[in-house]
Amino acid sequence: MAMRFNINGTPLEVPDGHSLAAEALAHGIPTRRSVSGESRGPLCGMGVCFECRATVDGVAHQLACQTFAGIPAAPGASIATDLLIIGAGPAGLAAAAAASANGVSVTMADDNPTPGGQIWRGNNPPIANGVQFLPLTRVVDAPQPGELIATRTGAIVRLHYKRLLLATGARERFLPFPGWTLPHVLGAGGLQALVKAGLPIAKKRIVIAGTGPLLVAVAAYMRDHGASIVALCDQASASAQAKFLTQLPFSKWGQGISLARSLRGVRPRAGTWPVAAGLGSVAFNDGRTVSCDYLAVGYHLVPNTELAQLLGCATQNGFVVVNDRQQTTVADVYCAGEPTAIGGIDLAQAEGEIAGLAIAGAAAPRALLDRRDQFRRFAERLARVTELRPELRRLPQPETIICRCEDVTQSQLAGASGTRSEAAQGLPPMNNWRAAKLHTRCGMGPCQGRTCAPALEFLYGFAPPPPRPPIFPAPIATLEESLP
Amino acid sequence: MPLPDVIVVGAGIVGAACADACARRGLRVEVLDAHGIGGGATAAGMGHIVVMDDSEAQFALTRYSQQLWQALVRDLPRSVEYTASGTIWVADDDPTTAAEMDEVRRKHAYYAARGVATEILDPRGLAAAEPNLRAPLSGGLLVPGDAVVYPPCAARFLLERNAIKVTLAPPVTNLSSLRAGHVVNAAGAGAGALTPGLPIRPRKGHLVITDRYPGWLHHQLVELGYLKSAHSHDGDSVAFNAQPRATGQILIGSSRQFDAEHTTVDHALLARMLRRAALYMPALPSLSALRVWTGFRAATPDSLPLIGPWSENVLLATGHEGLGITTSLATGELIADHITATPSAIPPEPYLPHRFSNGHALQH
Repeated sequence: MAMRFNINGTPLEVPDGHSLAAEALAHGIPTRRSVSGESRGPLCGMGVCFECRATVDGVAHQLACQTFAGIPAAPGASIATDLLIIGAGPAGLAAAAAASANGVSVTMADDNPTPGGQIWRGNNPPIANGVQFLPLTRVVDAPQPGELIATRTGAIVRLHYKRLLLATGARERFLPFPGWTLPHVLGAGGLQALVKAGLPIAKKRIVIAGTGPLLVAVAAYMRDHGASIVALCDQASASAQAKFLTQLPFSKWGQGISLARSLRGVRPRAGTWPVAAGLGSVAFNDGRTVSCDYLAVGYHLVPNTELAQLLGCATQNGFVVVNDRQQTTVADVYCAGEPTAIGGIDLAQAEGEIAGLAIAGAAAPRALLDRRDQFRRFAERLARVTELRPELRRLPQPETIICRCEDVTQSQLAGASGTRSEAAQGLPPMNNWRAAKLHTRCGMGPCQGRTCAPALEFLYGFAPPPPRPPIFPAPIATLEESLP
Repeated sequence: MPLPDVIVVGAGIVGAACADACARRGLRVEVLDAHGIGGGATAAGMGHIVVMDDSEAQFALTRYSQQLWQALVRDLPRSVEYTASGTIWVADDDPTTAAEMDEVRRKHAYYAARGVATEILDPRGLAAAEPNLRAPLSGGLLVPGDAVVYPPCAARFLLERNAIKVTLAPPVTNLSSLRAGHVVNAAGAGAGALTPGLPIRPRKGHLVITDRYPGWLHHQLVELGYLKSAHSHDGDSVAFNAQPRATGQILIGSSRQFDAEHTTVDHALLARMLRRAALYMPALPSLSALRVWTGFRAATPDSLPLIGPWSENVLLATGHEGLGITTSLATGELIADHITATPSAIPPEPYLPHRFSNGHALQH
């Protein structure tokens, strides 16, 4: 079965289970024209970057990557639950299982069509019996304690909870470089998400670059699906990677061995990164150029802490602060998984289970707590090996777009780096996020700075902005929901 | 280094305009603001340049300032987004406010008598001008000379074109520590903290901005009952106010709230404000909202700003409430007129701060 969509005036058949973004990319149909007139396609594949927003069936600004064929629109609803879990990835699923096994009524919402988060996208992992799952449900506001407002296929869902667990995961970090806005340049996780949503990849030549273990997993996945990996590059040095590998927890070895098997014949290159992308080609810092159909590039992960911050949960170094029971600084709000530390699936599951048990009032076994500690140490080593080298700050050229929503270039932001002559003329440099935003429009678009703010933090040291409601663009009607 | 002739405290649109006007008269000017250029109410406001008729003094100041803006248009960089979109004052069709078309006619006559061209729109004319308004409404008054700007970049432009020295840190806490011929307190809602005893109350407002919908809205729309909200000095009030941005985005207001200290969004008031807007524009709730923010207007008891000398070498340029973008340029001229002992283009008396001190200077 297939559904017929109209995207920006062009009709398109989308097979059931496929996303409109994947289908559009496969057919070379841009999802939008940027402010400065560039043709754009999806970047993140997971509803964060807003590059895939299009006019779908006459409705402007719809996320094509969250528009799936064969999924009927759900009506609005008002739901009350003891435990509300936001995010159905490994942390959320583990928490749901632990809490519901101990008699807690659980509702779990996720903005994807199926549970599993990014890592298990398309695998359809089981949800514990009795847990209510709300797919394609995206939390946009927290009007009062105990209540969240979400959107679901265009309708409004009010969520009332006694306890809340935030398992909101992470997104990719993107760094701007010349050519990164071309439609065949995507995130590494972004390309994988689109392939899982129907983008055909067989026989395509793919370059995978950036940093972090996700790159290897994506490369193996692409290869298993018939793609040709023409380059696999990590900015981390060979010595940093070797040190990381020798310290891998024992339980990760099996994963490593199976990835190595999938990637036989692909020689990963360390200390290498793309410096420019052209149509069908990519140039690297070592002077080499290769041709490719897709360049998938992601510089590790950024935790999704917007909802936690909106609720007033304290953060430290960009991560949500939790105690031993995964409790945040706000009463009745817990957090597990990547928002507390980027530690992968094992840490997320351990934290989720501990949170679920704590919420149910059950004791967490010693072995589980030890496991969490072990993987927190792994998260620290992961942070070291994915640390970005300073040379990457020189990637953007004056005409390189930094903010993709508003097409703000590096030269417009140059006051930030102190190179603009106006400092000498009298005006102070735009040396913080707010000044840059007010005077260049950087971060004013629908991604709300999710793409450019982590880049600006790395490039110029700007602290990212605190979130404001709505934490994702949402119909104005959702903001009218606070009155009875 | 010689002392500056003028130090302006506040790099918002009003401070920038004061600095600009003084610099153009050959004075040495410096500007101080710990919060960056255009970072306060200038960043939070709508950027509506509007001629107001609620008092002769308000009319004189807004009209003078509007003309100053119009004279500046050809120099403004694109980032200032000056758009001559005009204002439509929208008359409700509520039977309890049946007199709204009378008010439209009164306004039309008032403006005509003072040389401001306006056009009365009947229900059909209003619907043609703004197809997304609910039909039928009673009509409206189109003021074509009104405009929209992007205030932070306007403040930046005014400072940039004279290469005025702007210092961001540290925060000013005491005006008497500043060494200059004249000190201008243009700190907006924060002015009272620097000059104790000012009759200024911060008045919180909410705004919502949408994604880009080019062509969805053409004029700044304000409900005719707006002044009731603006002038009510007790309780929270909302009024319908929608503005087309140069980007195609729609900016939606407005709310007014005294005694609200925090910048956090008041969801109940926000909902009231948006429901009010939806009464006028039924399709509005379906548009995608990108952000909500709040800001603080510097409100005075008589809704007129405080412009002029206050004590020793201190002048005030604050209390502009929701009209600071419009009246900034005239404020700058009045301040520069006073410092250079030049006659002003409009009588400065209605705005003199000492109208609140029973005819004699307050001691601090």
